[in-house]
Amino acid sequence: MKEFKNVLPRAAVMLVIFTLLCGVAYTGIVTGIAQLIFPKQANGSIIEVDGVKYGSELLGQYYTDDAHLWGRMMNMDVSTYKDAEGNALMYSAPSNLSPASEEYEELVAQRIEKIQASNPERADTPIPVDLVTCSGSGLDPAISPAAAEYQVPRIAVASGRTEDEVGDIIAQCTTGRFLGVFGEKTVNVLKVNLMLDGILSE
Amino acid sequence: MTQSVLQYVLYLVILVILAIPLGAYIKKVMYGEKTLLSKLLTPCEKAVYKIMRVREDEDMTWKKYLLSVLLFSGFGFVFLFLLQLMQGVLPGNPQNIPGTSWHLSFNTAASFVTNTNWQAYSGESALSYLTQSLGLTVQNFVSAATGIAVLFALIRGFTKVKKQGLGSFWVDMTRIVIHILIPLNLVIALCLAGGGVIQNLKGGESVTLMEPVAVSADGDILEGAVIDTENNTVMLDGAVVPDAEIVTEQFVPMGPAASQVAIKQTGTNGGGFMGVNSAHPLENPNPFTNLIEMLSLLLIPASLCFTFGKAVKNKKQGIAIFLAMFLMLCAALSVIAVNEQIATPQLAQNGMVDLSTIDQAGGNMEGKEARFGISASATWAAFTTAASNGSVNSMHDSYTPLGGMVQMLQMQLGEVVFGGTGCGLYGMLAFAILTVFIAGLMVGRTPEFLGKKIEPFEMKWSVVVCLATPMAILVGSGIAVMVPEVVESLNNGGAHGFSEILYAYTSAGGNNGSAFAGFNANTVFLNVSIGLVMLFARFLPIVGTLAIAGNLAGKKKIAVTAGTLSTTNTMFVFLLIFVVLLIGALSFFPALALGPIAEFFSSMV
Repeated sequence: MKEFKNVLPRAAVMLVIFTLLCGVAYTGIVTGIAQLIFPKQANGSIIEVDGVKYGSELLGQYYTDDAHLWGRMMNMDVSTYKDAEGNALMYSAPSNLSPASEEYEELVAQRIEKIQASNPERADTPIPVDLVTCSGSGLDPAISPAAAEYQVPRIAVASGRTEDEVGDIIAQCTTGRFLGVFGEKTVNVLKVNLMLDGILSE
Repeated sequence: MTQSVLQYVLYLVILVILAIPLGAYIKKVMYGEKTLLSKLLTPCEKAVYKIMRVREDEDMTWKKYLLSVLLFSGFGFVFLFLLQLMQGVLPGNPQNIPGTSWHLSFNTAASFVTNTNWQAYSGESALSYLTQSLGLTVQNFVSAATGIAVLFALIRGFTKVKKQGLGSFWVDMTRIVIHILIPLNLVIALCLAGGGVIQNLKGGESVTLMEPVAVSADGDILEGAVIDTENNTVMLDGAVVPDAEIVTEQFVPMGPAASQVAIKQTGTNGGGFMGVNSAHPLENPNPFTNLIEMLSLLLIPASLCFTFGKAVKNKKQGIAIFLAMFLMLCAALSVIAVNEQIATPQLAQNGMVDLSTIDQAGGNMEGKEARFGISASATWAAFTTAASNGSVNSMHDSYTPLGGMVQMLQMQLGEVVFGGTGCGLYGMLAFAILTVFIAGLMVGRTPEFLGKKIEPFEMKWSVVVCLATPMAILVGSGIAVMVPEVVESLNNGGAHGFSEILYAYTSAGGNNGSAFAGFNANTVFLNVSIGLVMLFARFLPIVGTLAIAGNLAGKKKIAVTAGTLSTTNTMFVFLLIFVVLLIGALSFFPALALGPIAEFFSSMV
């Protein structure tokens, strides 16, 4: 009982001290410095042209237009978030499906059918896996160079550019591995499409 | 192929290179020795003692140490519980998120106080910034520190001779938070913010979608619809869809993420700022941030092996334990990596899907991000289930059956393959005590470890520590599969559905916190039962560890003779691995056979 009385107030005081240190001071210092040195990155890497916010370069969107580069499959959610006026906002979530089930097999088969129908030039080429799978976040902003290359003929026809021009834009929006080793080489889909539409300059 | 192997090897090598010096630093800090940062930080440390009115040289008995741990965690629990219930009326809530339900709040409070960070909610839509920083971030720090503190109490049990005291919990906590966790995380958080992880206090943004999305009146997305934004009409198959809504903007979450992400990684907590954790591009935008986050999740647990060696003045002992953990990690990583790269026949579609590694990661990309591919995802999955961290950068629910099984197995072994900060190592030391006992029986020697005789008291408590996790998992999931409402939470059917339940209780019992995330865990039964499993699997081993420590401290030191069984050679390393696997495999083989193993064989047909 004596020990209980000794420990109880100290346990409470310690929680208060650490809440101030780790919750308030630490979070505050990191926010302050980040806003000062990295304002763009710390605020969501949003692409803004002439006052219009054309998405975050880190968040994927869903594309079905033949003249646009398509990204990962998306599992869109339009019911969770609303803007101040009550309009629905698009967000997306992962599928969490097992890749070893029959249900999944059918789903992938449907995706293949749709992609092949839109890319007749590639009838004999296997489809890069990124295009038929849903990502981990559901909001993957990027695809592999193979998945981008697969779509070049379709985009060229639909957008009235040559395949080389489309390839050039893709190359400009490609990021290599970190230090040449870590992670994967990727193509940022939003940036490619903004350039294809002439919103972002090449 | 060579590229992937190189990545795997480098991740492991960098980890070891960083862990050795950090291990030395932690030892210095905990023994009050001078370090590079002492001048700056020691005055802060002393100020805390002054406010708390504690003596730096206090020596608590194991019971008082335990009481301090429990009361401190208890206050943390109550505070976090109330904070969530009342977040709707508190400031720091630009998204106007209401308070959570009592059972979700109970679950989350239990989850963060136990260093589990199981998340039955989605961060960006369910919790306010105030709750995230004052509640979750703080518990991330202190629950990690508590694990390390208990480890040091055990270390003192081994090193002290005929004494009662195990040191002061208050002093241990203060040193860990001020000298280790805060400086380390300040650096990491700023690197992450620079790399593109958000860190602000604004409400969510909306941005224009390049291609608007049509939604029917029932909320279904209309694939292939023709949208006329000028007249606000949607045509599908040549007919106008009545009452269709056109979504023209996307939600971009905001908030103080980088600071919380740093500590959730280094403290082996794992609770993401976002629902999808470090798979979210605003929580882990590129391979650079991924490298930092992934290494920080194993950094402290790996360092502590070396700290342990130094602290018990037997560096070889630290290395032996490190090696046992490291070898198990490498084995787990290999199995996951190979299975994910091979993918499944269901995805391969008779060669119609390109799974090769030419200009892409290839393999099973379902639930994985393009920028991480297979290598960085598989490594993270192996690290996070080894470390009882539980953060993810890919969706474990979508792993191949065997890839997912290895993740479960690592947790089921009791989270001792590095495990959580502190708790992984004290768990492993309980296994080491078990190992010397079994080895001692085999060769007819008195079991002893680090010069202390292992007697019935230590044995009983070691068994409790080692079996707490398997018991919690098997009893918990056993009851859950008999509850009818649980079936409604499943996202997949058949054997994979059972795996989802088993994974949930495994994650809670291992204090890991990762999930087969398709499983909807936010129900009254699941929130309460998983919360109880987490509390049981965290605090029972703490009681056992401190009891062992207290008893060992009172013992005399036995001299090493030719008859002493070596606990630092290769044979001991393999014996230790054998004992860990034996207990894990025997406990879990039946359950795994019903889940992932059954799924694997049925997918091959």
